[in-house]
Order: sequence, then C-alpha cells, then structure tokens
Amino acid sequence: MSTVIKIENLWKEYRLGVIGYRSLHRDLQSRWARLRGRPDPNAPLGAEISRESGKIWALKDINLEVKEGEILGIIGRNGAGKSTLLKVLSRVTAPTRGQIKIKGRIASLLEVGTGFHPELTGRENVFLNGAIMGMTIPEIKAKFDEIVDFSGVEQFIDTPVKRYSSGMYVRLAFAVAAHLEPEILIVDEVLAVGDAEFQKKCLGKMDQVAKGGRTVLLVSHNMSAIETLCNKAVLMNNGAVALHSSDVRGVVANYRKNDTITALSKWVNPDGRLYSNQWFTPLAFYIGDAAGRDITMPVANDTDVWIHFEFTLHKTNEALSLGYAIYSEEGSMLYWSYYTDGAEDLWPKLEPGFCRLKSRLPSRLLNEGAYKLEFIGGIHFAEWLLAPETGVPIINLSVQGCLSDSPYWVMKRPGLIAPVMDWF
Amino acid sequence: MESQTAISQIVPQVPVTDDEQWTTIIRPRNGWFDIDLGELWRYRDLIRLFVRRDFVAQYKQTILGPLWFVIQPLFTTLVFTIIFGRVAKIPTDGAPAFLFFLAGTVCWSYFSLCLTQTADTFVTNAHIFGKVYFPRLVIPISIVISNLLKWLIQFGLFLGFLFYFMLKSGPITVSAWALVTPLLLIQMGLLSLGCGILVSSMTTRYQDLRHVVAFGAQLWMYATPIVYPLSQIPEGYRLWFLLNPMTAIVESFRYAFLGTSAVTLNYVLISVGITALLVFLGIVSFSRVEKTFVDTV
Repeated sequence: MSTVIKIENLWKEYRLGVIGYRSLHRDLQSRWARLRGRPDPNAPLGAEISRESGKIWALKDINLEVKEGEILGIIGRNGAGKSTLLKVLSRVTAPTRGQIKIKGRIASLLEVGTGFHPELTGRENVFLNGAIMGMTIPEIKAKFDEIVDFSGVEQFIDTPVKRYSSGMYVRLAFAVAAHLEPEILIVDEVLAVGDAEFQKKCLGKMDQVAKGGRTVLLVSHNMSAIETLCNKAVLMNNGAVALHSSDVRGVVANYRKNDTITALSKWVNPDGRLYSNQWFTPLAFYIGDAAGRDITMPVANDTDVWIHFEFTLHKTNEALSLGYAIYSEEGSMLYWSYYTDGAEDLWPKLEPGFCRLKSRLPSRLLNEGAYKLEFIGGIHFAEWLLAPETGVPIINLSVQGCLSDSPYWVMKRPGLIAPVMDWF
Repeated sequence: MESQTAISQIVPQVPVTDDEQWTTIIRPRNGWFDIDLGELWRYRDLIRLFVRRDFVAQYKQTILGPLWFVIQPLFTTLVFTIIFGRVAKIPTDGAPAFLFFLAGTVCWSYFSLCLTQTADTFVTNAHIFGKVYFPRLVIPISIVISNLLKWLIQFGLFLGFLFYFMLKSGPITVSAWALVTPLLLIQMGLLSLGCGILVSSMTTRYQDLRHVVAFGAQLWMYATPIVYPLSQIPEGYRLWFLLNPMTAIVESFRYAFLGTSAVTLNYVLISVGITALLVFLGIVSFSRVEKTFVDTV
C-alpha cells in the first residue's frame, strides 16, 4: 500500500490577539497613546499575561502517514487540534511550519452545501457547489443524474433551493459531496446532520468510497461510528498525536479512559444562579474524601469515596428530596440515593441558608470503570426540581484497581457493580 | 483539475528519499509572490459558475431585472446633463452634453462597481473561505467578469444614443479607435481588480477601510474627467490627472466615439504603466493575506 498523505513536522500557530477585526481608529489611538507614554486605552485587561501567552500552538510537530485505502478516524477532545489539522489538510489555512505531501485529489467536507445560493435552483446549485469542491463542468454533467438520484429530490431539481425543507437541502448538498470521487475524502462531523435514515446512507457511501481503494479521514465524536467504520485511528491530545494505531477499539478505549480521568469530578455553579428554584440553589457537587478534600482519580476500589453537596436552601420543605443518580459508562443507571432514604429521625437537619450534605459511597461496591453522577432533587410526590437525565449538574468518577483482597480476583469482572460479599 | 501539477521546490530540512510523485504539497506561505496562475486556470469552470450565479441571483431578486443596469446610468447622466451641463455650463469639447456625460458614466460605473465589490472579497466570502479551498483570486476575477455583462448592456445603451444623436444632429466622428474599446475594458477590469484586491487584503486587518472604499470611489470620480473634459484642466495640473489611470481610459473612450479629447499616447502609456503597477501590488498583498486570512475571523 502506498502512502497518500505524508505529514512532516507540522506546526500551526494561532495568535490569540488577532482574532477578530481590528479597527484603524483603535490602532491609531493605541499608537498615539504609546507615543505620549500613556497606557494603551485598548489594551485588554491583564495584557501582561496575554502578551506572554499571546500565541498558541494548535498543532505541535505532527508526523503522520496515511496509506491508500485507509479509513482513518481522528478523535480527541475539543481543542485537541483535530479541526485545525483538517483545515490545514484541506488548505483552508496554511501551516506555520512543516509540510504535507498529498498524492491524489483531495476533497474535504468540512460542511455540506458550501456556497449554495438560495435563489438558484437545485440544478444550478449542484453545478456551483461541485465546482467549488473542485469538479469541472463536464465531470459534474457526467455525475448529475446519479447525484439527483442519490439526493431523492428529482421532483424539485428546478426549484430554487430557498423553497427546500432543510432535510432536502442537506440531502442534495451531501449528494454532491458524495459524488466527488476524490482519492482522499476528508469528513468533519458531517454525520451529525440529517435523520437516522440519511446518516445510514452517508455511512454506507463512505464505506463504499473506502472499499473502492480510496482513503477517508473522518473526525467525529461519535465513537460507535469510528469503531464500525474506521480501520485505523489517531488520538489527538493537546495539538499532538497521542496514539496512532490500527487497533481502533484500543484507541477509542484509551480516549474514553483519558476523557473520564480528566473530566471534572467537581461541579461548581458558575454564576451562583444556574438551576435555581424556589426551594434551593445548588452551589457545588463534587467527589472527595470525608473532609471534602480532593482525591485523585481514578480511585482505588478499596477506599471510601464521599459525594459532597453544597447549596443554598431558600425555604424548608419536609418533602424536599436531594441526592444523586449514578450511571455506568454505557449509560445504565445503577441506582438513586436521597438524603431522605433512612428513617425520618436520622435525616440530616437542613436550615435555610448555606447547607452541606455528604454521602458515603462504600468501597468494594462499584466495578472498575467510569461512572457518571447526577445531582437530582425534587419535592416528593409533587415535582422534579432537578430531574435525572435532563442536563442537571454532572460529575465523573473513575474506579481502577484494588477490586478485592483475594489473590484470585484482581481483574475487572463483567457486571455493573463488583461488591465483595460476605461468605460464611 | 484532474492532475494538480506538483509544486516542485526544494525542501531544505527534509531530505527527499522517496521518488514518489506527490500531486500537492502543502507548506507555509513562502516568499512575497505566491500565486499559482496555472491552478487559477484549472478553476476556470468555477469562475464561470460564479459569474452565472451573480447574474442569475441579481436578476431573480429584483422586479425590473436587468433593466436596472439601464436605469441607473440613464438617470445619473440626466442629472449630470442638467447640473453640470445646463446649470454649471461646463463645456464638453463640442460633443452633445448628454452623450459626453453618458460616455463618462458608462465607463465609471463599471470601474467603481468592480472596485467596491472586489474590495469586499474577504469580508463577504469569509464563510466559504473558512470551509473549502479554491484559489481565492477566483472571487475578484469572477466579479470583474460578471460586471462585464452589465457593462455590455450599458454600452448598448450608449451606442443607441450615439446613433440617435448621429441621425438627429449629424457630425459625430466615430473613429477606427473604437475598435480598441475591448482593450480599454480589459485595462479598466485589471485596474479595478488591482485596487480592489489591494484594499481587500487591507480590510482583513482594518475593517474600517470598507467604509472608506465607497466614499473614496465617489471622490475618485470627481478626480477623473467624468463630469468635465481633460481639456478644461490647466496644463500645470495635468500631471496630477495623469497619475490617475482612469483619466486616460475615459478620455480615450471619448476620443474613440466622440472624437473629442486631449489625450495623447504618452498619457495612455503612463496609465497602462500605473495600472500594471497597481495590479502587481494588489496580487502581492492579496497573496500575503489569502493563505492565513481564515485564522483572523
């Protein structure tokens, strides 16, 4: 298999200061102030700091080879440099250092329907969009019937696209992109658009492209798409390639693991007003030791973990239930727990004002893995205030190692939980 | 663009060990003149389709359609004829005042339209530029070409009035120089392209300049013999008028069709020289900006 993309020592720098337009007036103002030795009226607050860190490297010394026929999945957290890499590859912006050598025609779908004009008909837009993507008029003509067929809008092909539904619009736009027939196809989250049926069609088309010996680079947050489609994966972290392997599942697992470790195990109400209701306002929700100090993730399974709640209570209510819901990595709910779960005289007493609650998560209960905890609450029998799975505050917990004291049980076992039971 | 020819340049830090044929090499912006004209040629179909889009979109969005291209110069010329011809009594070198002003307006409207539109290249196309690559010069070039169609309609209007005045009042001498009109047009297109892309590359840093363009184009019109003939300018000031390449273009156009002008070959040569210089400066500054423009929005 020959190499079709060779990325060599690629660096890309962004200057934070030049984002957005400058105005000539302001520049002159700044210059005049400096000339008189006055402070610059337009300097951002804390300019000392930003002058030091005014440049960021979005890509740091990337070296990567992509072979013909590969479907390469590029994953990583937001800001890891995936989109910048695609932008440089599709020549939307130039690298700062290094180079990329490409063999064959490259088509990038950073978006579908770029350049579509609402006044033009579907037919006219197919030609315009195709040409923007780098096709010549004879090439588009040859593919035209196929494109229209794939899009399923043949009835409306001579109607201005401004009358199209958004679904039809996306269908037509993707149809053009799907028929580009480049040697290398770059796709960025395009799968996120359209209905399930259409997404399936797109995935099928990409598979077909790759089977035809061509190369696909795919950026997605949809891990199952990456796992099913790709035969190679790259994990990017902080502007660099962290992993590059044909063990796609391994790379995805690594991403998931890293993601949960670095994900927040503490939630703090950003402005002190979010999720506020007439009964209480959550202020913080975090995992720590009994005294509320931070503990390092992942947590060994032989230590107790405490879940802490801080909130402002506006009014007391006998029926107020606060607690948490815990979910496994796959999203299955393990259980709910409320501070009112015990006998009534054992409930912690809450007075209006600042309140704290904490709950012990016993050791040797959870299995090895990543868990998600939600801050939930409501008025018993009356209403939800923070209903599970509705975007309420979330924190992450990951558990690793020390599953038991037994010499026979050191590895992760199947199952959502892994309690060590008493045997007699 | 079946085969993108390799940009063969020596890469110092990477020794070339493989003799594989790369079709494209992406590298940092290098040098001060980095425009691949061959690539521009491969994208000619895109230019064609952009021209078509501009025309169709504009035609569909207005009630009167292409009639606008006629109405606008007609009314401008009428106003000029009344204000500058009748009220201010500016001489027109013996040509009928209406024709004299119409000739100037037809030339100027093409130039100023191209200038103001190309100056907005980066601002109006920021979205497309951020999503897909094609040689950025495609946009200003397609603007200059699509305005040619409008110019042709206006030129037709001019010819119509020219014949009308010839039939009605007789002695207007259209010389053989009328055949060089296409050359004048090319020069105007290049000039507006050069100035426009020069401004557009500056607007990526300073958005204020956008406002200056519309205003500046208006002032520039009064610095060009549109509402007065060059012959009215005292010899001492002429030099300044000649630094304005539009002077020779407008005057040559009038010379060809109305037979009245103070233009000489030297003026024309200076004008062509300055045009070439502006186009060159425009392309240089455009090429500096186009590759990394996306990072600044």
